[in-house]
Parts: sequence; structure tokens; C-alpha cells
Amino acid sequence: MIEARNLTKTFRDRKRGEIHAADDISFRVLPGQIYGLLGANGAGKTTTMRLLATLLRPTRGTAVVAGFDVCAAPEKVRANIGFLAASTALYGRLTARETIAYFGQLNGLKDAEIKARTQRLADELDMGEFLDRRCEKFSTGMKQKTSIARTLIHDPAAMVFDEPTVGLDVMAARTIVRFVRDCRARGKTVIYSTHVMSEVEKLCDVIGIIHGGRLLAEGSLADLRTRYREQDMEEIFVRAVGGEPAAASPGGRS
Amino acid sequence: MKWRNIATIYFKELRDLLRDRRTVISMIVVPTLIMPGLMLVVGLISYRIVNEARSTVPTIMVIGGDDSPLARGALAAVGKVAIVPNTSDWKQRIADKKVRAVVEFPAGFDAALKNGEPAAIKIYHYEGELRSTFAVNEVRRFFTDYLDQVVAARLAGRGLPAGFVRPFEVRAENVAPPEKVGGNVIGGIIPYFFLLLSFTGAMYPAMDLTAGEKERGTMEMILCSPVARVDLVLGKFFMVLTASLTTVVCSLLSMGCTFLAGGALLNNALGDGAGGVTRAVTLPTLDPLGVLAVIGMVVPMAVLFSAVLLTVSLFAKSFKEAQTYVSPLVILIILPAVVGMLPGVELNARLALVPILNVSLVSKELVSGVWHWNYLGLIFGSTCVYAGVALALAVKMFNREDVIFRT
Ligand SMILES: Nc1ncnc2c1ncn2[C@@H]1O[C@H](COP(=O)(O)OP(=O)(O)O)[C@@H](O)[C@H]1O
Ligand SMILES: [Mg+2]
Repeated sequence: MIEARNLTKTFRDRKRGEIHAADDISFRVLPGQIYGLLGANGAGKTTTMRLLATLLRPTRGTAVVAGFDVCAAPEKVRANIGFLAASTALYGRLTARETIAYFGQLNGLKDAEIKARTQRLADELDMGEFLDRRCEKFSTGMKQKTSIARTLIHDPAAMVFDEPTVGLDVMAARTIVRFVRDCRARGKTVIYSTHVMSEVEKLCDVIGIIHGGRLLAEGSLADLRTRYREQDMEEIFVRAVGGEPAAASPGGRS
Repeated sequence: MKWRNIATIYFKELRDLLRDRRTVISMIVVPTLIMPGLMLVVGLISYRIVNEARSTVPTIMVIGGDDSPLARGALAAVGKVAIVPNTSDWKQRIADKKVRAVVEFPAGFDAALKNGEPAAIKIYHYEGELRSTFAVNEVRRFFTDYLDQVVAARLAGRGLPAGFVRPFEVRAENVAPPEKVGGNVIGGIIPYFFLLLSFTGAMYPAMDLTAGEKERGTMEMILCSPVARVDLVLGKFFMVLTASLTTVVCSLLSMGCTFLAGGALLNNALGDGAGGVTRAVTLPTLDPLGVLAVIGMVVPMAVLFSAVLLTVSLFAKSFKEAQTYVSPLVILIILPAVVGMLPGVELNARLALVPILNVSLVSKELVSGVWHWNYLGLIFGSTCVYAGVALALAVKMFNREDVIFRT
């Protein structure tokens, strides 16, 4: 389970002053569920995901991931999550197998276990042909499969995806989406951030709309459709964040 | 702190770096080749200088002296200078470096000496020009000898002993062991070399393992593994330290070989004849135990450098940015080391606390076989403290999210 409790992160920027990147965010994701965090650029998605992955410490509030508090036991939290972001890369000079093994070791797995799991993941993801080649020469698809394999090597209970399909072509994006569904099928708790409306429509059991660091609306697709009396996700999103950007109140928080 | 994790990170970084040609070049190839290369250049240059000095005699002109065949003939007979026929534009010829010096005899020089009258020889030369100075030295040496002969003859004529005008002599004798002489010439350079190499050896990996990882987007990935930040820093730190010390050891080994092989070669090449000149370029002996002790002092220094470099380059967002922070640091390394090389800068308790300079100074003594145990302890201790502080700072930096996720 992933539970955010009044999660707040305030950055202090020399030029922009205080930035409320995550502002009092609370939600709950159950095992076997995909929670979609939908928001425009700068809405606070990455910040929220990083708070859950303990890469950032909350200014206020906290979150509990797989039974561990992000403030009290960050290392335990990290041992129980898989984090995949569009911005994360691979070590170019390591092979796919070495990369996966490295993360297995860092997660405290034994060598035999790493070997067995690597084999299973390589079969599932069809990596056999490039498993022993260096990552620097991989295609996007191969990189992605390697990234997926290394996030899964320790079989985490919770998965955090931060805009994992950004910059990918259709086929590569579909691989990711299929993989996220797989995680749900295996009973993992999944949180998925995106700015693509169609992705949350297709993928997510619960959708949270985030804007200016605040969680403005939450519910299943059906819930949101009845609440806003709209079928189209884009319309729902625009209504939820308070109208078209041009019509947004000038004094509003951003 | 889990040693298993530190080891995992260390060996991963080691494998990663060894697959990078740039690291291997900066860590192993450059330090191995730099000493033999330098020795080769120095050897060749000194060989040429010695050879040239041996083969060419300075050309001089003699003005006047037609009425003093005795003195003039003696000068010509010496053979250390080549006398060319004089021309009226001799001043111009000195300036053009065709003639190195011009000797002017006063009229009736022989006669003046014979009658005991005062006389003055003039030597025209080109101030600051090396070969002109050589020529003047030769001419002076001849006239000093000639003067002695005249004095001796006069004393003999009056029945006085040769020591009459020279009641005592002043002689300076060197008691410093040959290591000490070497210590001052090369002793300042060698530790400086090790210091510099321990820094440059750590530079590239430190930037690659921090700013480089940030830039490539792998930092975030490793930070969300369950590894504690301390373990991450230590794993990376040990890797940087390894690179630094490998660089030093490679240069030490190659320097040792160069000294043994190059020294023998140089002596062979110069050994035949011209004894006086040869001795000037013979390699001074160094205390090998002292050189090892220098390495011992460089180890905590390498720890300090590695930790500082990690801290500084972690702050950068990209490899390029890291370079702009690290490059000025090289000056910071060179400055105290150069001060330490200056003759006359001596170790004292206060200087023993100045990082880099202290190691540079004490190393100069060590290679000349002098062991100041209390200074050695003070310097080693203080360097360890600085290194520990720097390492703690590096760990602190890795825990600062505004440094890790700088925008
Ligand atoms: N390290 C940081 N320092 C200062 N401001 C930041 C930092 N990280 C993010 N921000 C700001 O916080 C806001 C939310 O950013 P982010 O969480 O990256 O949004 P998203 O991922 O939804 O695009 C933005 O205004 C961004 O500029
Ligand atoms: Mg983002």
C-alpha cells in the first residue's frame, strides 16, 4: 500500500521565492491498484514521486509505503519500491546483466537468487539476445526492458512510475503500459504519473488530478465523469484545474 | 554502514571506470610515461649541452699587443679560446655573436710588466649572454694564471717564498651527504610530482562518479536503491582514492625504473672523458626509504584530495560544470607545492599545519634522508584530520537534496 498523508514539499528558490511543489497531498493506493497522478508540466508530479521514493524529504506530512514511513525508515521504503522515471538512464559501460545484478546486490539478494531472477526476467521481457551487451549501444526499447528488469529484480511491493513513456515511440510506450498492467496483475501497488490523458483513461483505477502542487480531484474514471458531467478526460481535467490556462485567476498559486 | 554495499558499489565503479579508455589513460598510461619522458628530454638536452660545450671553443679577438708578443703568445697558446683576426667593427661583431669577447692589451704591456709599472687589460663582452660569459671566464682564468706567474717570478727575483703575498687560503668543503645535495635539487620536485599526480589521478573519476552520473541520469536510479548514502559515498570515495593512488604508484614504479635505467644510460653516454662536466649532470642519489615515506605522506593527502574532489564535483550538474570548479583547484595544489620547492622555506610547527605545503616541505627532507619524527607525526596527523573532515563533508553533501537535485 502507498499512503500519502498531507505530503508537502516547499522549495526555496533564489529567483522564484517559495515554491509549493507538493501542497498538502493525501491519497491512498491499495495493492493491485494503479493510481494515476495526472498533471501538466510543473504540477508537482515528479516532486510527489520523489517524496514517495525518499529521494526528497517532505517539508511537512509524510507517506507510508509498503508499511514503512518515508521519514522514519527511508531505506526500508527504498528496499520495497521500484522506481522508474523517464529521466533515469543506465550505466553505458555495463552490460544489461551486470546492471540487473548490481541492483540485485544493492538490494541484498544472494548471487544464486540474482541469477535465477535475471533469467526469469530476461525470458519474460525477451532480453536474451542483448543481455550480455553493453547498454550504451542499446535501442530505446532495449534500454527500457533493461530498466524494467532492474526495477523488478528485488520484486518490490510498490512501484513508482514517473512519466515513464515521455519521449518514447508508440511501440516502446505500449511495452511500458503492458508492464504496468502486469505489475497490477501481480498484486503490486502502483502509482503512475503522466500528463497524457489517454494513458490514465486506459490504465488507472483511481485518478488524481494535480495542479500547482495540490491534489484537486480524485476518483475512478467513472466517478470523475459523473462528477464533472463530462465524458472526455481532457474536459474533466480542464474543469478540475479551474478552466483554461488563459482564464485562470492571475493571483493563483503556480 | 554496510561493507557489503560499499564493496558492491566500489567494484561496480571500478569495472565501469576500467572500461573507460580516458580513465585508464589518466590513471595508468600518463603517470607511467611522464617520468621516463621527462628524463629522456632532460637527458638529451644535457647530453647536447655537454657535447657542445666540449666541442666548441669561444672565439675572441685581440686588439693591440703587437708590441707584447710574450703575453699575446701565451694567450694564443692556451687553446681554450680561438683567436680570430681582428677587425675594426669588433663591437658590432660581439653584438652579432660572431665574436664572444674582445681582449684589449694596452701599448707596451710586456714592457710595463718587466719594469713593474701599472697596466690594465680590458675585456669587452656582452652582458647576460651565456657564451660571452664563458669566453670572459676563460680569458680571466688565463690572465689570473699569468698574473700568478708574474708574481711568482717577481718574488723569486727578490728571493722571497711563493707564499709571501698569499699568507693563508680560504677553502669551502661540502659535508652534506650526496642525498642531501640531491634532496635540494630533485627532492623538492619529486614529492610535488606525487602530490600533483595524486590530485590529477583523482580528478577525472571524481567528476565522472558524481557530476557525470547526474548528467547521464543514473544518479537518481542509484539513490532510490536501499543503499545508505554513507555507503554510496564511501564506495565512490574508495574508487577515487584507488585511482589516485594507482596514479602515484604507477609514476613511482616508472620513476624507479627510469632512474635505474636512465641513470646508467646517461652515465654511459657521458662517461668517456670530460670528467668535470659529467659530474654536473650525474643524477643525485635519493634515500629510497625516504621516497617510500613520501608516498606514506601522500596517502592521507590523496584521501583529502579524493574527498574534496567528490564534494566539489557533486555540486556540479554536469561534467563540464565540474571541470570549471575543479580546474582552479589545480592552482591551489600547485601554489603550496611550489612554495615548498623554493630554497630557504623551512619547516616549522606552524607550516606543518598548512595542508599540501607541509607534505611538500617534509618530503624534501625525507628524500634527503632526514627524518623529523615530530613534524612527520604532526603532518601525518593533521592531514588525516583534514581528510576525515573532507570525507564527512562529502557524506553531508550527498545527503543534501538541494545539491543532488540542483536545478
Ligand atoms: N529542486 C528543486 N528546486 C526548486 N524548485 C523545484 C525543484 N524541483 C522542482 N521544482 C519546482 O517545483 C514545481 C513542480 O515541479 P515537478 O514536481 O518537477 O513537476 P512535474 O513533474 O509535474 O512537471 C515546478 O515549479 C518546479 O520548477
Ligand atoms: Mg516531472
